[in-house]
Amino acid sequence: MSERIIAFRDALKEAISEEMRLDENIFIMGEEVAEYNGAYKVSQGMLDEFGAKRVIDTPIAELGFAGIGVGAAMNGLRPIIEFMTFNFALLAIDQVVNSAAKVHQMSGGQFTCPIVFRGPSGSAGQLGAQHSQMFENWYANVPGLKVISPSNPYDAKGLLKAAIRDNDPIVFMESEVMYGDKGNVPEGEYIIEIGKAEIKKEGTDVTIVSFNKLMKVALQAADELAKEGISAEVIDLRTIRPLDFPCIVNSIKKTNRLVIVEESWPFGSISSEITYQVQKHAFDYLDAPIKRVTGKDVPMGYAPTLVDAYLPTVQDTINAVKSAMYVA
Amino acid sequence: MPQTKEKTTAKIMDGFTKEICLEWYQQMMMMRRFEEKAGQMYGQQKIRGFCHLYIGQEAVVAGMMTAIKKGDKVITAYRDHAHAIAMGITPREVMAELYGKSTGCSKGKGGSMHMFSKEHGFFGGHGIVGAQIPMGAGIAFAEKYKGTDNIAICFMGDGAVRQGALHETFTMAMLWELPVIFVCENNKYGMGTAVERTTNVPYLYKIASAYDMPAAQVDGMDCLAVHNAFAEAADRARNEKIPTFLEINTYRYKGHSMSDPAKYRSKEEVEEFRHRDPIDAIANIIKQKDFATEEELTKIEDDIKLVVEDSVKFAEESPYPDASEIYKDIYTQADYPYLMD
Ligand SMILES: Cc1ncc(C[n+]2csc(CCOP(=O)(O)OP(=O)(O)O)c2C)c(N)n1
Ligand SMILES: [Mg+2]
Repeated sequence: MSERIIAFRDALKEAISEEMRLDENIFIMGEEVAEYNGAYKVSQGMLDEFGAKRVIDTPIAELGFAGIGVGAAMNGLRPIIEFMTFNFALLAIDQVVNSAAKVHQMSGGQFTCPIVFRGPSGSAGQLGAQHSQMFENWYANVPGLKVISPSNPYDAKGLLKAAIRDNDPIVFMESEVMYGDKGNVPEGEYIIEIGKAEIKKEGTDVTIVSFNKLMKVALQAADELAKEGISAEVIDLRTIRPLDFPCIVNSIKKTNRLVIVEESWPFGSISSEITYQVQKHAFDYLDAPIKRVTGKDVPMGYAPTLVDAYLPTVQDTINAVKSAMYVA
Repeated sequence: MPQTKEKTTAKIMDGFTKEICLEWYQQMMMMRRFEEKAGQMYGQQKIRGFCHLYIGQEAVVAGMMTAIKKGDKVITAYRDHAHAIAMGITPREVMAELYGKSTGCSKGKGGSMHMFSKEHGFFGGHGIVGAQIPMGAGIAFAEKYKGTDNIAICFMGDGAVRQGALHETFTMAMLWELPVIFVCENNKYGMGTAVERTTNVPYLYKIASAYDMPAAQVDGMDCLAVHNAFAEAADRARNEKIPTFLEINTYRYKGHSMSDPAKYRSKEEVEEFRHRDPIDAIANIIKQKDFATEEELTKIEDDIKLVVEDSVKFAEESPYPDASEIYKDIYTQADYPYLMD
């Protein structure tokens, strides 16, 4: 397949549009998705192509349109519900958790809920406490949901297509600050399997695990460490639930050290679960305690100094790696 | 809907008095010049994040201020700079907050969307559309519980009335007879979505009828109309403990936020509202009635410009909060054990 560089938002748009062309039952619904062409322009041009029946603007009523999506999914359609950001999906979380995730089980397998809830998660500059939260771990806690959080345009497209085709409810998390990121998305169809992490960089001394926009921090830290002769293996989780624990465990068997980098708050986060699984399945392979770099244990403030103090950095990651390697 | 009723105390029956007209002029000019400056400073990247300007909507807050009394409480959404200043937070503290400086009214932690002042009864700027609706009722609940005669004024946008929280809140506010005024600042759009595209009931005030809540539609480009509507609603809340829903028709001249080019509306539409500019309107009345001369109005404006300039200077010279501030003001418990691994 030939190389083609496109933006993250266009990769998402292609995934949605291609699937909508294949299946009449897919529609996209959310605030500003149609006439405004998407708050972050992911649905640019879709109203023109698919019409108002399938590209639907909603009022600001997250609980209502998430629930309408769930009902429609139970009754034979395949909705894509866009949340302007996942901060606002908190109003709809009842429908995601209590309805979408559970109807299959509660109905004894009679009903399915093939729906994708998608939108950006996490911080995006100085947006203050209410607009800066990561929610991957919230949804990953819920049996019945699958949670995807890609870091680059290629994965975003392949995973979103997989998500739309999947018959279970999916929470698909993007990032406001990644929509403009460019990457290679070859012409032609491809699907990325849900539940598979990817080794983005091979290494031998330490394993660094991350996802979503902090993959950049992880990879940059690995580059810096390489200059100092430390060889880091970097894993992009891509799917959060089900999480590819074997990929991490296999890597640790080689490197014997683990550092996890994530934007979420530390308590009950993705790193917490990984840490449990690793100590259970690779205890004897660990040469040092697992380290993690997370967002600070506080709501994010507005001032630039507070944002900087809050977010995980490349330097934090380098420090964590060195501490895991017992070098100063 | 009962728009007029007797028994109002503060209602201006005989039209305009000099003092009130000049107060409106001064208030609105302050908001306008402040917001213009905020927009300019955003352009220079001194102000970051989401920033929503109030330009065009000034008569709503100005008309409210002359109709309520000290002790009354106000809560609104993220388009909150003007409400903050009108309630008594200094332009210095609001500008410093926009800059994210430690001298801001929320110590630089809130930013544009989260102005607060307990001292001035301003319960904030809130970023989740509609979240402040039940909170506003809760503020009123507390006033009634404590036996004061204060009321709560709860602002929301036209987009916010679509949230389920409004309906739950209206039910309880009526059931429990809370001293609250719900105010929908209908500026015709929620982001890029025109009101007509969100409902089959274009008159938002009618929502209240399902709850038997008194409601009215008000011309939000006219301070007097706004004042009278608030005076009546305040009287009803204060003395009869009955909520009111005011739909105040207004307009924002600028985009939704600084990043919105507002391509979803016509130049003509914007012009139409600019022709009914509330500041021009009150200036004309002031001059017609000889309440002040052109020169006196210019003097007021010049003084305001100095106050605005001073607020910028203050913000520029103030320090950012220290990084250690991230662990402050989260809990009241001073030695809370944060996870710090
Ligand atoms: C629950 C929630 N959903 C979506 C948003 C994104 N958003 C911010 S402002 C806005 C439009 C609100 O419009 P309106 O209530 O009319 O207020 P206005 O901006 O016109 O003052 C939207 C959709 C949000 N902040 N919160
Ligand atoms: Mg509006």
